[in-house]
Amino acid sequence: MKIKINISSETVGRPIIAESILETGVLLNVSQAHFDRSHGEVVADVLEEHYDEMYQALTSRGARVTKLDAPIEWNEDECVECSACMSVCPTRVFSLDEDYSLKVDQAKCIQCGTCVEMCPHRALTLLNNK
Amino acid sequence: MVKKTIHEINAKIRDGSVNVVTAEEMVNIVGELGPEGAAREVDVVTTGTFGAMCSSGVWFNLGHSEPPIKMQKVWMNDVEAYTGVAAVDAYMGATQLSESMGMDYGGAHVIEDLLRGKSVDVHAISHGTDCYPRKVLDTSLTLEDMNQAIMINPRNAYQKYNAATNSSKQTIHTYMGSLLPRFGNVTYSGAGVLSPLSNDPEYLTIGTGTRIFLGGAQGYVVGQGTQHASAGRFGTLMVQGDLKKMDPEYIRAANFTGYGTSLYVGMGIPIPVLDERVAQATAVKDADITTNILDYSIPSRDRPALRKVTYEELRSGHVEIEGRDVATSSLSSFKRARIIASELKDWISRGDFFVSMPVERLPENTLSHPMKETEGVSFVSDIMSATVVTIDKDASVYKAAKIIMETAFNHLPVVNKDNTLAGIVTAWDISKAVSLDKFDLVEDIMTRKVITAQADEQVAVVARRLDQHGVSALPVINSMNQVVAIITSDDISKLFARRH
Repeated sequence: MKIKINISSETVGRPIIAESILETGVLLNVSQAHFDRSHGEVVADVLEEHYDEMYQALTSRGARVTKLDAPIEWNEDECVECSACMSVCPTRVFSLDEDYSLKVDQAKCIQCGTCVEMCPHRALTLLNNK
Repeated sequence: MVKKTIHEINAKIRDGSVNVVTAEEMVNIVGELGPEGAAREVDVVTTGTFGAMCSSGVWFNLGHSEPPIKMQKVWMNDVEAYTGVAAVDAYMGATQLSESMGMDYGGAHVIEDLLRGKSVDVHAISHGTDCYPRKVLDTSLTLEDMNQAIMINPRNAYQKYNAATNSSKQTIHTYMGSLLPRFGNVTYSGAGVLSPLSNDPEYLTIGTGTRIFLGGAQGYVVGQGTQHASAGRFGTLMVQGDLKKMDPEYIRAANFTGYGTSLYVGMGIPIPVLDERVAQATAVKDADITTNILDYSIPSRDRPALRKVTYEELRSGHVEIEGRDVATSSLSSFKRARIIASELKDWISRGDFFVSMPVERLPENTLSHPMKETEGVSFVSDIMSATVVTIDKDASVYKAAKIIMETAFNHLPVVNKDNTLAGIVTAWDISKAVSLDKFDLVEDIMTRKVITAQADEQVAVVARRLDQHGVSALPVINSMNQVVAIITSDDISKLFARRH
């Protein structure tokens, strides 16, 4: 499952992700990381059965952890199934089936947001990503 | 030799014996029966397309107010419509942007909102005349309230369209969508096998007066579209239809990030199969339609073509560019193009739609000429300062400060031993270093990611680059990345001051 780890400016200088991994022995697969002066934001994969452990370890060190369980919202009324989203998606969330209907495999989404900008009909939005 | 007339085909439509197939189905029919057999069997082939057609809009007649007004300017939901015609007519273009909402809302959205039954706020101003005394008007209108809402699209249904990619190091945002850096993706538009003009490339049946499916209603081809370049198989159509009868399923507003608004238009054109020549033309496949992949990162009219490609390759999901597999995606909806072709087929089979012969053929062998420009175009080399002062990257911050004071250059390109560009320092960087008590090497305080220009670039292109990156000077480099000059926003201001 995907989680988002928000790190505030007070803790941004500490290796809290590394500490949490060492403490729990749980592996994190980081797919996105953005840091600036004021805060950090990391999107990572963690196995569902280890989520609670990792949540404990990270939040006890001052991070905020959000589950990204419905990453991309696809508004089928707005979508015209042009497939513009397909070529910009790094993880192939989008595909066309035989009758050229759009298929959306949300589980593959890493929340990069590239498709949101690409969609000419504003039919894609990122949840949990405010 | 098969010969059929429009009247014979329409008689078959009337008595229900007409044989209509879509352009996709026709490929196999011609494959099996040959063009002559297919021409005997099939009476009408339907085409369809559903994609972004920026050059679209609607003529509204708003009705007269009391007292009446001669609208000099009019806005609907804060999007300006063109009014340089009689009192209360206005043309809302799809790409006109809202004055308050910018790129999020435009003419296309006004058109879709009206089609969906929403009311729009109308604001008009006038100088006031004896016959039209009113000077300001504010009201709210729905599509029903308009006397007419006639869609007239000056350039729709391109015969085929260039595919787009991006060789630069940054993502660019275009009317062909987001193009990722270093050939990250390819986008294309058009319905290929179902594309109306690709199925009648010699314009044997499509011309002025042809009855068509437009936005879910019956419409007509007005004639050649603007920029109709039939010599290169880039024909276009001007079309018209009654917005009041259209369906929002087939007329949809769109936004292209960084470009603005556009209108997705659904169009279907029936092709009466008059003889085997027409039958052969409608057998066209994706593999037969070729186009070029252009590099949209070159900000010029003449974008270099990287390679030729067929619609079959484009539709496969990836193409090869310079030895790499690049993902492709369409901006137009093939699924909807199919729905349109079959809906038009149903209309004809049911006897609700009759085919027509053009009253005038579309011109063949026309070219679209580039603009003639009478004002001289300025190049970077015309206004750049060739006496650029650079500094070595291992020089001290103190030395940089001294050079800035002595030469009055605010920007110093930082160079390696061979005069290649390593970075840039500005008076601001030095002030910052001083305020932090940092008096080390230039290398430690310089900006490493330098935005640059080249001497043969147009000033207009470079001016936008300055603006986009929020910088005030660009080192001018040669092909070996050596600094040869510098161009500043001051140089550009002076150029414009000379002109105006």
